[in-house]
Order: sequence, then C-alpha cells, then structure tokens
Amino acid sequence: MAARYDRAITVFSPDGHLFQVEYAQEAVKKGSTAVGIRGKDIVVLGVEKKSVAKLQEERTVRKICALDEHVCMAFAGLTADARIVINRARVECQSHRLTVEDPVTVEYITRHIATLKQRYTQSNGRRPFGISALIVGFDYDGTPRLYQTDPSGTYHAWKANAIGRSAKTVREFLEKNYTDEAIATDNEAIKLAIKALLEVVQSGGKNIDLAVIRRNQPLKLLESKEIETLVAEIEKEKEDEAEKKKQKKST
Amino acid sequence: MEYLIGIQGQDFVLVAADNVAAHSIVKMKQDQDKMFKLSDKILLLCVGEAGDTVQFAEYIQKNIQLYKMRNGYELSPTAAANFTRKNLADYLRSRTPYHVNLLLAGFDETDGPGLYYMDHLSALAKAPFAAHGHGLNHRFILNLPSFSVRLIDKDGTHDLEKLIPVGAK
Repeated sequence: MAARYDRAITVFSPDGHLFQVEYAQEAVKKGSTAVGIRGKDIVVLGVEKKSVAKLQEERTVRKICALDEHVCMAFAGLTADARIVINRARVECQSHRLTVEDPVTVEYITRHIATLKQRYTQSNGRRPFGISALIVGFDYDGTPRLYQTDPSGTYHAWKANAIGRSAKTVREFLEKNYTDEAIATDNEAIKLAIKALLEVVQSGGKNIDLAVIRRNQPLKLLESKEIETLVAEIEKEKEDEAEKKKQKKST
Repeated sequence: MEYLIGIQGQDFVLVAADNVAAHSIVKMKQDQDKMFKLSDKILLLCVGEAGDTVQFAEYIQKNIQLYKMRNGYELSPTAAANFTRKNLADYLRSRTPYHVNLLLAGFDETDGPGLYYMDHLSALAKAPFAAHGHGLNHRFILNLPSFSVRLIDKDGTHDLEKLIPVGAK
C-alpha cells in the first residue's frame, strides 16, 4: 500500500500520511546522535563523532556549525542536505542584519529553516531535506534558546533534546536527569550533555564533539583534551556514587 | 565635500575621514561616521553619492561576515579589496551603478599593513598613502568641524581622538 503513494511527495496517502516525509525521518534516525542542552547562562551542543576511515582526515567532518556569532546548530541525517540548509541559514542571518540592523533571534532563524524544509515537502519533483536540526543560541536580550526542527518543517522549543540514532534513549536519560540542579552551573550543563551522549556512544570521550555558547561570547568548540578531562571527572563521580552505595549496603 | 585620507606605516595604517553629512550648503549632520568595520582588522572608508555609500558599504560588510561564517576564517585585506572592486565593477556595468569612492585599510598577519585606493570607476591601487577629495585636482579642505581618526595594527582597530582643527569653530 505504501509503495503506490510515495513517488510524488505532494500526494497524501489514503490514511493521511506523507510517506516521503516519514522516510526522511527514518533517514534522520540513521544519522549519528546529537544532543542539545539549554542551561541558564550557557547552551551546549554535543555530537557523536562517526569513526573515520584510517586514511581519512578527521577534521573535515564537522557536525556543529556556527550560523552567526550567537547562533549555532548541530544536525542528524544526510550531511549533504545539511550543508545546503546551513548555507541558506548563514545567508539569511547576514541578510537579516543588513535589512533590520539587528542580529536574528534563535526563533527567527529556526522558523526560516523550518519554512524552507516545509517548502520542500510541498513542491513538485523535490524530496524533503533528510535532516533534523538542533539550533541553539542567545537572543539579543540574553535569553538562552534551544529549538529542534525535523524534515516535515515543524519546530519546537526544548529545554534539552536529542536527535539521530538512539535519540529515544538519550531523551529518556535527559527526562530523568535534567533538573535545575543539573544545569545550575555551566560546567554541570556541559557534563550533563556528555553524560547523555555517553549513554549511547561507544568508546567514550574520543568519539564526542562538544560546542558551547556562553552569553555574549562566540561559539567555542571544546578540544578533545578538555572533553577527556570532563569524561574523567564524570567517571570519577560515578565511581564515588558506586562506592557510597556499597558502603550503605554493607552498613 | 567629503574627505578621506589614509597613510600606511611600518606596522600600522592610519586613516581619517571628515564627519559632515551635507546637502549642498546645509550641514545635516556633524557626527557622521564614514568608516565601516569589515572585520577586526579591516576598515572601509566610503564617500560619494548619498545613500549609495551606506548601501554599498553595508552590503560589502555583510558579505565579508558571511565569508567568515561559511569558512571559519576572515578574508585578508587584499582579498577583501579585490572582492569590493569586483562588486563595484559589476554594478558599474549595470543599470544601477554605485557612485562611491573608497579607501580600504587593513592589517594582514603575513603581509602586514595595507592601504587600497578605489574610485567610482572601480580602479584599485595599493598605495602607501591615499586620499579622496573634492574638485578637479582633489582639493582637500581642512577647516571642517572634525575628523574621525582610526589606527589599524596587529591588535585590531583603535579609535584615536577626533581631530578638531584650530580655527574651525
């Protein structure tokens, strides 16, 4: 039944589905995981680094991209599609500054990206973009924001979210562990992002890329050394917790 | 009526522009800033037809920023000057030319300081000193209320004290 209604994406199936959009969402689920956390004075993006081939240069695969000095995004899904969306978003950020003399708000640029994605679900001969995006940044008034878009062109604001492979596991972890205490300081928020990724990423810190934006500061990509240090801290905290539990049991 | 001057030193570029925005004999504004920051170490000084100046300069400014966002690093002063010249030349040969005269001043990590002279016909020349003035032989009139002065060196752009010529009051 599905096969007959997914050749032209402008057509609905009898039971109201847009199959091409749903297939695009499947493509997103195949992409490597990305997690976004909105703290009080910081926003964090973490991505799982796909392992590269032996002869491949590691640094040419960047999944976290700055859209403007105060906004950045991470994506899950088709890298080539993401390149197009990111480029359009970057142009729009500068265009907005030129006409309105103000930097974009995170909601504005998310809406722009979402509108672009929706247009491709209602055009002849085009397929939807196969990416979901996590867009983070600070608005002009200093409020931190995190938005998520998906191939259908919908967008929502989140306190914390994950996309890509095993997103469900990560989201469940975040639902349990995102508390006001957990994001009380910048460092804690970054550690929460790493902890969330460590749930699903094999071989730990080496396969994690992390980026943060602090209020009124540009995007900062954390170096692998810094990530290793934080991972070590987290491991130590876990061990201390386990020790405490053991002691409690024995007494 | 609008004046720009630039001097390249050993490891800096000094630029100055007058601050008057006038409509024939009426001084509309006496604190007009004619320098546009293209990046941390590049300034574009722009005079000419009212409207064209700001429009063209801001367009170049945003495109330089876009390059920075796309590529992760900024255009060098030489590249920025050539980009500006190409844009000006393309518009010159269209129905909507920009009538602007420019000085582009910048500091490059490897090449050091650079000053570029560009006129409304899109001629580009790298020069150790340059100016845009008024009249046939480019008279440079100094008894204007004030001049903004800026310095570009390896640490970026610095505002110097506004020049207020004696006797201009």
